[in-house]
Amino acid sequence: MPRVLLIEDDPSVREGVELGLRRRGHELLAAGTGEAGLEALAAFRPDLVLLDLMLPGINGVQVCRRIRESSQLPIIMLTARGDDFDVVVGLEAGADDYIVKPARAEVIEARIRAVLRRLGAPAGPSGTEFHGDLAVDRAGLTVTRAGERVLLAPSELKLLLHLSASPEQVFSRQQLLEYVWEHSFYGDARLVDACVRRLRQKIEDTAGSPRYIQTVRGFGYRFGPLS
Amino acid sequence: MRLLSPHLGLRTRLVAAFLLVAAISAVATAALTYREARSAVLEQAQDTAVGQFRDRVAALDPALPLNAQRLRSLCETLAREGKPHTWIVFAEYADLQVSSSDRPTSQILTEGLRRAARESAHASFQRVVRDGRAWLTIGMPVMFDQGDAGHRTGLVMYAVMPLAPEEANIAAMVTAARNGALPALLVAVVPALLAARSVVRPVRDLRRAAAGIGRGELGTRIAVRGSDELAQLARTFNESATQLQSSVAELREAEERARRFASDVSHELRTPLAGMLAVTEILDEEAAHLNADTAAAVRLISAETGKLATLVDDLMEISRFDAKAADLHTDEVDVAEAVRKTLQARRWEDRVTTELPDGVRAVLDPRRFDVIVANLVGNALRHGGEPVTVRLRPQERDGTPSLVLEVADAGAGIAPEVLPYIFDRFYKADAARTRSRGSGLGLAIARENVRLHGGTVHGANGPGGGAVFTVELPRGAG
Repeated sequence: MPRVLLIEDDPSVREGVELGLRRRGHELLAAGTGEAGLEALAAFRPDLVLLDLMLPGINGVQVCRRIRESSQLPIIMLTARGDDFDVVVGLEAGADDYIVKPARAEVIEARIRAVLRRLGAPAGPSGTEFHGDLAVDRAGLTVTRAGERVLLAPSELKLLLHLSASPEQVFSRQQLLEYVWEHSFYGDARLVDACVRRLRQKIEDTAGSPRYIQTVRGFGYRFGPLS
Repeated sequence: MRLLSPHLGLRTRLVAAFLLVAAISAVATAALTYREARSAVLEQAQDTAVGQFRDRVAALDPALPLNAQRLRSLCETLAREGKPHTWIVFAEYADLQVSSSDRPTSQILTEGLRRAARESAHASFQRVVRDGRAWLTIGMPVMFDQGDAGHRTGLVMYAVMPLAPEEANIAAMVTAARNGALPALLVAVVPALLAARSVVRPVRDLRRAAAGIGRGELGTRIAVRGSDELAQLARTFNESATQLQSSVAELREAEERARRFASDVSHELRTPLAGMLAVTEILDEEAAHLNADTAAAVRLISAETGKLATLVDDLMEISRFDAKAADLHTDEVDVAEAVRKTLQARRWEDRVTTELPDGVRAVLDPRRFDVIVANLVGNALRHGGEPVTVRLRPQERDGTPSLVLEVADAGAGIAPEVLPYIFDRFYKADAARTRSRGSGLGLAIARENVRLHGGTVHGANGPGGGAVFTVELPRGAG
């Protein structure tokens, strides 16, 4: 069962979520502040972080950035504010998904499972594909750009694997939401847009004129064609 | 000033009115002067002529009876003596008609003058205008000089005198008046423009300031000059603007407070709910092992927690609409597919029949469209009666493509007196049912979402009973 680190300052939410998830078989460690959560990372070695956005001391967005500096650990934000501003700021900081509070334990668990689901499917005998300067190893789940390893968050990696598996095919945001985030009904297209922006910052030469991930206005995104 | 049509500018109208007044006074003055001067000139001319002619005729002592030749020489003598005026002298004596010119009779002498000259013992005169030229005609009977009572000799002398010099004088006066009035009118333009400017400028300032206020620049004020009515108007405007500014500031503050309050309430409500909702499944599962009363209590808590969570969500959504903080994130979607997904996600496929033609694409906010469909179908399932039908059809109105979505149920329909209120917040159709299963906000939220897309929604009763909700949305970007 996945190990989840919950960073949440409110004791009743902390306890409630802890109870709900424990009962569903998750191994859980709860931290009351961002600092405590970051400290617990090394010892607890979680598979995923559930992160409250509003924390005393360093806030959720800062915690998210700190974690992203060094690791590809999946992060789901728990936010009491579903307003655009908070959601987008959190997603830009590198979170893989977000849950608006209050949420049932079953919803939280479903999101956790979706983010943790084994990435992609091994394709091709070699396992490594080359797209321009980009080398994608589907089996090893690594991406290198001009020989240099690119650190991608799980959602970014999933998105890249999905898009590059069918070059030049256009996917709508809705399709990407379903494949990458497994949101089976109309979810939030901002997840896709924020993830594409982050991915572009990491793999494109100039973020302004993308080479790999192209926007198809009014419809969605496609991979290539590379010139 | 109806004559000066209101679509002319204020300045034009003022200048025109000013010039009109100046022109009227100039013309009136000139006309009066002309009339007085003209009669003075003419009277003087005719008095002189009449007096002179009378003296000359009285000095005659014709030896009667006269023959034509004598009479003619008499006329010529009189004509020669006509100084400074030259006159033509006609004489009528019995059936003799003689003149100092080559024609024996004049066309200028009128019958009226002849009659007057025959009947009166004194000189009669008449001003005659013929062919555009003015003449003075004088008729003078020649009398025997016998003391006071004169006796007619039967001879009547007439003088016809052109008034050309006088006419020329009068014409010169008219020219002088016109030549004087035109420059006066031109000069009048200057004060007219100045006066217009003094009125127009404050008005223009006022217009500019009012436009500024309209644009939301509430700090706009007008410089007050002087103490006339326009200055008072400017002062009133400034006072109104100050009051408006302070009330707007108050309103904004209140709005900001309300928004912050809603946001705080949301956060404070959501936090405990987040803890409670996460454990409701535990309660539900454990309820099976508890005694009946405790189980009922536990299930109640679990169900109410869920409702409370939905209510808080709906309230937040409504407050976002009220604060105009709700945005559209549009995407091009297949509408039939979108409706199907909404039904699937809520496991309503078996309870709802659909008529969804393929290939209807629209630019929508998929999340908000999901809310619209879910709230309408949810409302139909809860308050109407199954089967619920969802119909989609594309249509064109005024050249713009739109789509129509109908959600019909097979329930009892909506009472006509209730129909106008069904989209109101917290409106409960059945007053006895103080708390229905919905939050009472579903239809209000659906309508706000439809409006955000630039569409319309209305509820009615179908022909076969049951309520029908019709949503019409534009298919282009909302």
